[in-house]
Amino acid sequence: ESGSGAMGGSASLLPRDALGEYQELTFLSKQEILLAYKRFSELLPKEERENACTARIPKSHILMLPELRANPFQHRICHVFSTSETGDDSMSFEDFLDMLSVFSDSATSDIKSHYAFRIFDFDDDGTLDRKDLEQLVNCLTGQGEESRLSSAEMEQLIQNILEESDIDKDGTINLSEFQHVVSRSPDFASSFKIVL
Amino acid sequence: EDKEEDESKKEDNGSQQNRASRRKNYQRKNRDGRKAGEEGSQKKDRGKTAPTKDQKESENKEKKTTKKGKEGENKQKKDRKSSTSSASSNSSDEESLSQEELTMLMEQVEQKKKLISTMRNKPWRMVKKLSVLREAQDFVEKFEGALGKGKGKKLYAYKMMMAKKWVKFKRDFENFKTQCIPWEMKIKEVESHFGSSVASYFIFLRWMYGVNLVLFGLIFGLVIIPEILMGMPYGSMPRKTVPRAEQATAMDFSVLWDFEGYIKYSALFYGYYNNQRTIGWLKYRLPMAYFMVGISVFGYSLMVVIRSMARNANESTADGDDDNFIFSWKMFTSWDYLIGNPETADNKFASITTSFKESIVDEQESNKDENIHLRRFLRVLANVLIICCLCGSGYLIYFVVKRSQTFSKMQNVGWYERNEVEIVMSLLGMFCPPLFETIAALENYHPRIGLKWQLGRIFALFLGNLYTFLLALMDDVNDKLAEEDVVKNITHWTLLGHHNSSAGNDSTVTPPPLDPADVPRGPCWETTVGIEFMRLTVSDILVTYITILVGDFIRACFVRFVNYCWCWDLEAGFPSYAEFDISGNVLGLVFNQGMIWMGSFYAPGLVGINVLRLLTSMYFQCWAVMSSNVPHERVFKASKSNNFYMGLLLLILFLSLLPVAYTIMSLPPSFDCGPFSGKKRMYEVIQETIELDFPHFVAKIFSYVANPGLIIPAILLMILAIYYLNAVSQAYQRANAELKKKMQMQREEEKNKRNNKASTNATLQDLEDILTPSTKTESAPKEAEDKKTESPNGTSPVRKPGRGAALDDNPMAGRRGAAFTPPSQVFVTQPWTLGNRAPYPGQPRPWGHPPGPVLGRGRGQPHY
Repeated sequence: ESGSGAMGGSASLLPRDALGEYQELTFLSKQEILLAYKRFSELLPKEERENACTARIPKSHILMLPELRANPFQHRICHVFSTSETGDDSMSFEDFLDMLSVFSDSATSDIKSHYAFRIFDFDDDGTLDRKDLEQLVNCLTGQGEESRLSSAEMEQLIQNILEESDIDKDGTINLSEFQHVVSRSPDFASSFKIVL
Repeated sequence: EDKEEDESKKEDNGSQQNRASRRKNYQRKNRDGRKAGEEGSQKKDRGKTAPTKDQKESENKEKKTTKKGKEGENKQKKDRKSSTSSASSNSSDEESLSQEELTMLMEQVEQKKKLISTMRNKPWRMVKKLSVLREAQDFVEKFEGALGKGKGKKLYAYKMMMAKKWVKFKRDFENFKTQCIPWEMKIKEVESHFGSSVASYFIFLRWMYGVNLVLFGLIFGLVIIPEILMGMPYGSMPRKTVPRAEQATAMDFSVLWDFEGYIKYSALFYGYYNNQRTIGWLKYRLPMAYFMVGISVFGYSLMVVIRSMARNANESTADGDDDNFIFSWKMFTSWDYLIGNPETADNKFASITTSFKESIVDEQESNKDENIHLRRFLRVLANVLIICCLCGSGYLIYFVVKRSQTFSKMQNVGWYERNEVEIVMSLLGMFCPPLFETIAALENYHPRIGLKWQLGRIFALFLGNLYTFLLALMDDVNDKLAEEDVVKNITHWTLLGHHNSSAGNDSTVTPPPLDPADVPRGPCWETTVGIEFMRLTVSDILVTYITILVGDFIRACFVRFVNYCWCWDLEAGFPSYAEFDISGNVLGLVFNQGMIWMGSFYAPGLVGINVLRLLTSMYFQCWAVMSSNVPHERVFKASKSNNFYMGLLLLILFLSLLPVAYTIMSLPPSFDCGPFSGKKRMYEVIQETIELDFPHFVAKIFSYVANPGLIIPAILLMILAIYYLNAVSQAYQRANAELKKKMQMQREEEKNKRNNKASTNATLQDLEDILTPSTKTESAPKEAEDKKTESPNGTSPVRKPGRGAALDDNPMAGRRGAAFTPPSQVFVTQPWTLGNRAPYPGQPRPWGHPPGPVLGRGRGQPHY
């Protein structure tokens, strides 16, 4: 019961000017930011809720969010949005807001595709090469053995994708190629969305 | 005067100094930045060999950001100092700025403002965004006041303040608006279980609810409430009284359920309204209001539908039917990030896998030839069968409506006979779509194309049924009209006879009026039509709900609980759980809305029922879908179909406008019921109002405007305008296609070049900037970062010199450029690539082939 009281009070702990700045810098509305703050401080242990703005949540807790639980890219999302210096992919409240802003309804398709590219870029080298694509396919087809593609199918699929999207024929897909392809997709912006 | 000149000179001097000092600041800062960058890159180079490279790198980054922050502060301080010093040296600070200086400052302020407003579009981290935002805000705050002179300054400051307030107000209003949208959480829950496609149905439902709420407000506020408050009360006149013969059963539930009895003679239907020109102390012109509301229902609906269609079309920048990226789209855009339920995720995995496999097989099969004659024959056969079905259902409805007319003339018919039309129509709507689907299996289309055919056929079925129903109803109306003439005479003579007889008895007093229940009355075809639509709507609601209850819920219960003691696996095998039929549900909703639009003129209460229906439907269907449906196995696309459904809605709206317009324009209203009784045509109410309530010249103008000699040219003009706009839009389209082609060619060219002499662009730089500190394989070029962190400041108007020198620092890029591209080309066509460097210098390319032949190949064959 004390928890709910803390929750109720926690919303008011977010300073007013910070709230204004966050509204200026993200695609989120005031309610969404407050909700995000509430959800974020709920993930924190009770004693840290007082200073939720500066605390970091470990990756394991972030992945418990129902919004990310079933997402095959959950680790990548944490990794991409985390500013942690130790590389443990923990998230601060600002990282969390960054993430929600990119995934929000009103974010532009440009910024969405930018981050999608970084999420799909498994080895962080700035291009999607065959290894990345392979990993991406494995993420999309799930963990089950029966749903995996055979290596021949995988080869064929990646070949086809590269034929379509790799405009400069260098064997990898770079950001602008990716954005070119994705921006023409009719339902990218509507599916690249996470709502708290 | 001399003094003044002197002053101004001094001021000029001061401002020049000011400017010079500022410029120096920029330059120093640039230099610092560059130095820092070089330092960083050097460190990085060293770090590359070290085992704990990651940590070092992150340290570097940290250092750099703090340094930069300090720098920024320094700069601000300096700026401030200089401005304060100039303020102290000059008594009038605002006039110390020369015109040129002022415009420059203004430009910078505008730039900063633009930066602030577009900051959210930048893929930066929050820390960086925050610092840049604060800096920009400080800058704007500091210099905004300096703009404008004397009186203008105050005005300018005031304007700025108002602009700020306005922005804040707009933001608050947006927040308020989002708070007012109902069912966010419900839809979100559905979204997380079923993905965005099913949720799109509920969003459509919510939108429909909003539209209907407005229509409800219009009709209730302007027609029904005034009638109830100010109109003649029930029982005061024949049209507002239940006839004597029906009075005994008028309150029975079975009668009320058929919208007879007291409901028929209530404000819910057309016939109840009186043709009195004005009612109540407000002199409310009810017939006029009735007519105008009837028109504005259509007007508002048209406006809303078209507006939302236009908005959808604006938002979808993609043309969608691009077949170039089938695989890539499947790969990059098929995951629905809204899915939050593990089971749904499993389904999605399976569906994505099958779609991958299917598309691979398709690709292979498309080269294979097969028995094309058999397939063609089967497709023709399927279409013939479906046309037969459609004709059959049309005939059945016509037959049933005809039969119901004979039933209606007979006394004491049973429940089935009374409701035969609705039952048959509902049953057809229930069983024909599955039948079509079975027949469509013959055709062996691709699922997506198959879905379109299926939708088209269901649409044709519904539409055919609705129009047959209307035609049959029209026959009925014509019968009624003929009957009316007879009744009119009877009524006339009855009333006359009554008056005469009472006059004969006692000539002094006015005759006691005939009881309104006893007056013989006409059939009132308008109310009949209204009742038909009301019944159709109600039976549609019931059938929908029962289908959901039986087809989804009972089936789900059966599958769930009987599965424990059954021979085969019910969940995986035959009945299994139902899927949510998006297209069917949307079509149902659209047709229901069509009926509402058609019927609401003759039954004002219909919209109220529809509002209730949509409201309950929201909760009921949300519950049903969460409790008893499973996510789709086929991949459905939500966004693209959105405008398709809107298009259907528009078509239905237009088609439902036709019969209403026809009846208004060319059928005589009943003589003894409704707000237009006694007129030849319903629209005469407008002429009447204009003649009686407006000054004479308005009537004259109106009569001129209504002259065919004016209307026909107006229509011609509109047609010409449409033709012209059409031609223009076609020209734009051509230009668009041309531009697209050009862009693709250019892109190809650029790619070829980049392939050899790699260069960075803005987006790539952003990408590098936020590559996480733990980047393992790569070190992003520091210099690019420096440049980028400065450029958003927008404070450096000149290109920094000496940038080209950086090229020499990087042997890799230099070598590559020299080796694979003719230098003249680089200098002539793309001078700006000079200063840029390879995005990832020194990175071993994972792919094998040398870039030389790639250039030739890429140029040789366009890939679009």
